[in-house]
Amino acid sequence: MSTLAAYATSTGEAVQFWILGTVAVVGALCTVLMRRAVHSALCLAATMIVLAVFYLANGAYFLGVVQIVVYTGAIMMLFLFVVMLVGVTAADSLKETIKGQRWLAALCGLGFGVLLVAGIGNAALRNFNGLGAANTARGGNVEGLAALIFTRYVFAFEITGVLLITAAVGAMVLTHRERTERARTQRELAEQRVREGKHLPPLPAPGVYARHNAVDIAGLLPDGTPSELTVSRTLRERGQVRDVSREAMEDLKALEQRSEERLGRDRAEHDRDGQEATR
Amino acid sequence: MENLIALLVAAPLLGAVVLLLGGRRLDGTGHLLGTVLAAASFVVGAVLFADMLGKGAEERTLTSTLYSWIPVEGFQADVAFRLDQLSMTFVLLITGVGTLIHLYSIGYMEHDERRRRFFGYLNLFLAAMLLLVLADNYLLLYVGWEGVGLASYLLIGFWQHKPSAATAAKKAFLVNRVGDVGLSIAIMLMFTTFGTFAFGPVLSSVDGASEGTLTAIGLMLLLAACGKSAQVPLQSWLGDAMEGPTPVSALIHAATMVTAGVYLIVRSGAIFNAAPDAQLAVVIVGAVTLLFGAIVGCAKDDIKKALAGSTMSQIGYMVLAAGLGPIGYAFAIMHLVTHGFFKAGLFLGAGSVMHGMNDEVDMRRYGGLRRYMPVTFVTFGLGYLAIIGFPGLSGFWSKDKIIEAAFAYDDGVRGWIFGGVALLGAGITAFYMTRVMIMTFFGEKRWQPDAEGNPPHPHESPKSMTIPMIVLAFGSVFAGGFFAVGDRFVNWLAPVTEFEHPHPVISVPAITTATVVVLLAGAAVAWAMYGRRPVPVEAPRGSLLTRAARRDLYQDDVNHVVLVRGGEHLTRSLVYVDHTLVDGVVNGTAAGFGGLSGRLRRLQNGYARSYAVSMFGGAAILVAATLLMRAV
Amino acid sequence: MNPVNYLYLAALLFTIGATGVLIRRNAIVVFMCIELMLNACNLALVAFSRMHGNLDGQIIAFFTMVVAAAEVVVGLAIIVSLFRSRHSASVDDASLMKL
Repeated sequence: MSTLAAYATSTGEAVQFWILGTVAVVGALCTVLMRRAVHSALCLAATMIVLAVFYLANGAYFLGVVQIVVYTGAIMMLFLFVVMLVGVTAADSLKETIKGQRWLAALCGLGFGVLLVAGIGNAALRNFNGLGAANTARGGNVEGLAALIFTRYVFAFEITGVLLITAAVGAMVLTHRERTERARTQRELAEQRVREGKHLPPLPAPGVYARHNAVDIAGLLPDGTPSELTVSRTLRERGQVRDVSREAMEDLKALEQRSEERLGRDRAEHDRDGQEATR
Repeated sequence: MENLIALLVAAPLLGAVVLLLGGRRLDGTGHLLGTVLAAASFVVGAVLFADMLGKGAEERTLTSTLYSWIPVEGFQADVAFRLDQLSMTFVLLITGVGTLIHLYSIGYMEHDERRRRFFGYLNLFLAAMLLLVLADNYLLLYVGWEGVGLASYLLIGFWQHKPSAATAAKKAFLVNRVGDVGLSIAIMLMFTTFGTFAFGPVLSSVDGASEGTLTAIGLMLLLAACGKSAQVPLQSWLGDAMEGPTPVSALIHAATMVTAGVYLIVRSGAIFNAAPDAQLAVVIVGAVTLLFGAIVGCAKDDIKKALAGSTMSQIGYMVLAAGLGPIGYAFAIMHLVTHGFFKAGLFLGAGSVMHGMNDEVDMRRYGGLRRYMPVTFVTFGLGYLAIIGFPGLSGFWSKDKIIEAAFAYDDGVRGWIFGGVALLGAGITAFYMTRVMIMTFFGEKRWQPDAEGNPPHPHESPKSMTIPMIVLAFGSVFAGGFFAVGDRFVNWLAPVTEFEHPHPVISVPAITTATVVVLLAGAAVAWAMYGRRPVPVEAPRGSLLTRAARRDLYQDDVNHVVLVRGGEHLTRSLVYVDHTLVDGVVNGTAAGFGGLSGRLRRLQNGYARSYAVSMFGGAAILVAATLLMRAV
Repeated sequence: MNPVNYLYLAALLFTIGATGVLIRRNAIVVFMCIELMLNACNLALVAFSRMHGNLDGQIIAFFTMVVAAAEVVVGLAIIVSLFRSRHSASVDDASLMKL
């Protein structure tokens, strides 16, 4: 492996780059373009795994593993948690609402990309030294990183530790809600309901008057319209109530039709039987 | 002896401080304290005078540095006094006449509940005036100059409850301020030219300066003198200043303060000697004022205003003489001193008349008073004879010399013009003073009841008022002769002011004869107009000149048209410019930025993504700039 | 193959992520796009590390990861509290800071 001449990779790495690079770009594009957040998250995870492979290919063994463990394992899972919290089935509209935003974004993105590519193309990047020497100097990639982190970069390391602790505390502060008054007892809640004249008995269960019994399907009233009361408020606010009233009506109609058909056929058969019998 | 000089200023200053800060406890004794301190100052002056007489003519100048006032490198100003023959003359005049007028005021202001304050102001004036004449540098002189202006303002407006008095005080202060600006500019010019303020170095290094600079300094000094001495064109305040109590008119606006301008010109004689153009300006101002004041004095029915016109005219004589250079300085000062005596006496006499006539000032409502006020009549009459220059009395000696010197201005037409003007002035002086005399003391009684309907009961004034009048009358009669015989006064002043004998274009006896003839003619005309015919109580309409003179030759109208209207127009146009141009630019800028902001704020639509576009675009531009710079 | 291609890939991914930040309204997706940009940077750093033959680039990438983790924690907490108060995860709904 020459350290001075232009550095070329092995054919295997080249093949790997072109295949996985395509996957990474497609994953990135899907991250941006998928309507559902959960799909975006999964595409991003795929891209990150590809990047982890690239790290390994570039001799950054520690980072490759950390990429999988921390990013794909921890961070993406956090994302998924939040996506679940917000509503996993909610699909975003990709219609742009700010005037000219999409055009500006495309222009900026294109221009920036062209500039970056031009910059890289112009840069004197002929010589790749390779990491062989650096990785073997202290007996391995991890040892080499450790030696740097705890010597030259020890202050940065300490400070990022402080940053992590601060971030953890900050996240707790942001998401924690202090209860400022005493929790009301069941008796008080009942009295309040009576006073307000609202629904006194327990709320009707979902799916009771319907042919489904999933929690996100509203129960149907006798006239076939869905009852909002039967669905959890959280689902209602997320807009994740599945309206099955029409479906149910159509099902009913289909059922009647089918029974009509069967009865008609039966009647025809019966008539024929009768005719045969009389004949 | 030098240490006594500071005492001259300190005594009245102490009086002013004690009387003005002392409060009502001093109401009973304040006037006595003020008078005693003024007299003390006079006694100190007399002691110094005696001491000075004991020395040789060249050793008489005393200097005394009290302390260093502004000790800055390259800018030295000391509180230093200089007592030479010129200052000595003024010191004696100021403290002497001042003391007499203090004495007079005791009686005159007896019924005024603010008498203590009045005496405080009088003492303040004395202190400032003495500082003015004793200062050894122009900066300290300026302090005295301003102090005199302040005291004058306070005293003219002493009866501030009268709107006319308050206005007159304001007017005097403002007009004086114009002159003060001239003095301050002159001092600045001196400092830039000579690098010092002190009289000695400035006046001895005049040769080193260009004539243009000296002319500028001289003209600025003349402006200052015009303001303080009520010379044309800054004369308008003096007539109104008669709103002050009569002793004030006598002390400040006749005998002392208004002569400060003459003092300034004579003191700065070296500068004027080296700047003939400035000197000519001084002569012209003096000649114009001398006629102006005399004409105004002829038409006024208010006795004090008539005397004020006369004052203006007499100071015109002094300024004229001072502008003549070494041939006139001594005569200017001599006339100043004799004028101090007789004009103060005349004013005190006028005050005495008013005192007996329910404060009536209109001479048309006097008449026949000589039998009721004999002492006033005699002293006033002696003052009258002195001022018209009746042979043998003070005014004759001093004024005659000035007329001679005016004829000696040069051998050509200017000598004739200035001499003729001075001669004519003497005739007019005789006319208006005779008019005053006849209307007041002769003829039938034309007394009118005052506003409350009380008919006047003329009576002689108390002793405290008559004694100063008598003393001043003595001065009016004998001072001139005493000074003139054997050129005593000229020799006394010569070491300070230099002296050359004038050589008039016509012979001295001819001038003297002409003067006497002219004054007799003037008096005769006055007698023909006012003595032989009854004087109407209401003023007749009069000729065009009379009406113009009654209105002070339209001085206030000129000021109004030129300064007030001009100022108003200037202000209005400036306001217009301010509103349209300045405000237009400012408001236009504001409106422009407002409109721009209104458009730019659309960028602030609250959407984080829009801001992100800006950031991203900015980053792209930065990358582009970096690449560009690397490529270049 | 020249390893510079890694840099081109990183630039491409970065640009895609940045454009995603600009066009997506869902705060979670926006956040994911930001992560994508950070990852693209990391890839570039690792490639630089290989180019220079020392480990400093990897160290920087490592710190980037740590900081990104902290950022994710705080950012997601913000999104959660935003969702709690507005019942929406759209960044356009949080547009009160305007004139």
